[in-house]
Amino acid sequence: MKKYIDQGKNDTRSGYGAGMTELGRTNPKVVALCADLVGSLKIQEFIDENPERFFQVGIAEANMMGIAAGLTIGGYIPFTGTFANFSTGRVYDQIRQSIAYSGKNVKICASHAGVTLGEDGATHQILEDIGLMKMLPGMTVINPCDFNQTKAATIAIAEHQGPVYLRFGRPKVANFTPADQKFEIGKALMLNEGTDVTIVATGHLVWESLIAAENLENQGISAEVINIHTIKPLDEEAIIKSVKKTGCVVSAEEHNFLGGLGESVARTLAIHHPTPQAFVATQDTFGESGTPAQLMEKYGLNNKAIEKAVLEVLEKKA
Amino acid sequence: MCKQKFATTFGGNLKKMPQLKELQDLATQVRRDIVRMVHKVNSGHPGGSLGCTEFFVALYNEIMELKEGFDMNGIGEDLFFLSNGHISPVYYSVLARRGYFPLEELNTFRLIDSRLQGHPTTHEGLPGVRIASGSLGQGMSVAIGAALAKKLNNDPHIIYSLHGDGELQEGQNWEAIMFAAGKKVDNLIATVDRNGQQIDGATEDVMPLGDVRTKFEAFGWDVMEIENGNDLEAVIAGLKEAKSRTGKGKPVCIIMTTVMGHGVDFMMHTHAWHGKAPNDEQLEVALAQNPETLGDY
Repeated sequence: MKKYIDQGKNDTRSGYGAGMTELGRTNPKVVALCADLVGSLKIQEFIDENPERFFQVGIAEANMMGIAAGLTIGGYIPFTGTFANFSTGRVYDQIRQSIAYSGKNVKICASHAGVTLGEDGATHQILEDIGLMKMLPGMTVINPCDFNQTKAATIAIAEHQGPVYLRFGRPKVANFTPADQKFEIGKALMLNEGTDVTIVATGHLVWESLIAAENLENQGISAEVINIHTIKPLDEEAIIKSVKKTGCVVSAEEHNFLGGLGESVARTLAIHHPTPQAFVATQDTFGESGTPAQLMEKYGLNNKAIEKAVLEVLEKKA
Repeated sequence: MCKQKFATTFGGNLKKMPQLKELQDLATQVRRDIVRMVHKVNSGHPGGSLGCTEFFVALYNEIMELKEGFDMNGIGEDLFFLSNGHISPVYYSVLARRGYFPLEELNTFRLIDSRLQGHPTTHEGLPGVRIASGSLGQGMSVAIGAALAKKLNNDPHIIYSLHGDGELQEGQNWEAIMFAAGKKVDNLIATVDRNGQQIDGATEDVMPLGDVRTKFEAFGWDVMEIENGNDLEAVIAGLKEAKSRTGKGKPVCIIMTTVMGHGVDFMMHTHAWHGKAPNDEQLEVALAQNPETLGDY
């Protein structure tokens, strides 16, 4: 299979920060807002270079979403920054009415998504945010896999007219996306061609899927790996084309199986090409404190869990 | 539809200062519009709409500097944000009579396929509306964002907003109130409609607001009052005074005392008509108390 090289572990949130730095230099309409988490969102460089285009709102996320909506009226492109939990669940109605329903060009940028936030525990580990955001009409939902892809996605969404939810995380993970790869919203990336099973993965689970595919290859199983960085709009064509070839699919995400990527894939296939599917996701549960690796293991979100799901779904193939 | 000629009410001459009598006639006509709109679909919110009629008439016809036509960004003009979106009848009537969209469209209020949704929205592209409101407590944050955009654009125009008093029970307001003062958003005039009523009764019974003025002042706002928000002259004078206080480092708050249901005697001094439509007989009484001035839609 195709080999991917980890260019050096890095966190996706730093990819966001790097993307914001570049946007600060290239797009005068981009403004940043933050709810007391500048260090966590890695946007200090943007602030240093563009102090007049940064708004510190304090610990007041609802107000931040409303201010962001207002800033669009006047032509600005606001990027809000806080943890994923406080970017979505805490402010759902503000996003729904003032941003989504009002059609405002706000970029909701959310760090520390999922269990890999680690030791802070379940109060901060949102596993429902993809579902919340994808249910909003007109909302684009993106969950990039590594530093380079998060940087590219950050830059790309500034050019997209309309509200976007950009989800990324805290831990340092493998960085394998080519630094010069352009980010195309809604365009799935074929990472490894295979014939026996399709693995569609998003976010941190993409790298785990590549490891799983390598392990499976050693067992004589040919796994196709597709990076679904954009959950909405979903690249249905890429998924359908792949499962027509492989005949079964595993979805992999750091999110509840209710409302996540897996459900979007299942819906697509139920309509267009019914296919056996296994879900690598949390099982309608909250997270807990622990190291990212321990939590990925316990909640079945690592390459071993993907490998197991592949073996299970292969059994269901006609 | 946005191309409709502006200021049809006043002969198309925006420069000409409307006489007080003309504005009073407009207010009476707006009141007719409100009760007729709500009656027709047997739903909507007449109480707060009637109470804020003078405010809307003054704001859109005497106070705000407005460009012709409508564009979302509104650069080079004053902007208004309605936070308590349920008083959409008065908003729609005043927007239509200011020329933002055809007057006949008031006939479509709350009907299927209409741009005049129960609560105001940008979703159907209604000219004059820049944000959806209805879920309460969100408008001040939006107004602050628009005020910040004005500053970034070096646009000296002012942001006006209106809030129900009961709406101040929503916590987001106090986040916004803290921000506006703390960050010196001094191109913002936020008016609180202090009618003392909300759906379940008097505000002071449902959830006491206490001394709203002192609360805003404690957060660092420049606060003034319009003691009779149903006296057109007082509203105009108050808004002009507020405008003169902008640009001095503090956001400006107007506590405007109004009577919910003002102008229709049986709707006044009660929360009963917050969100209830008059029946046929009640409509006739309401219209008799507000004789036609500028022509019904």
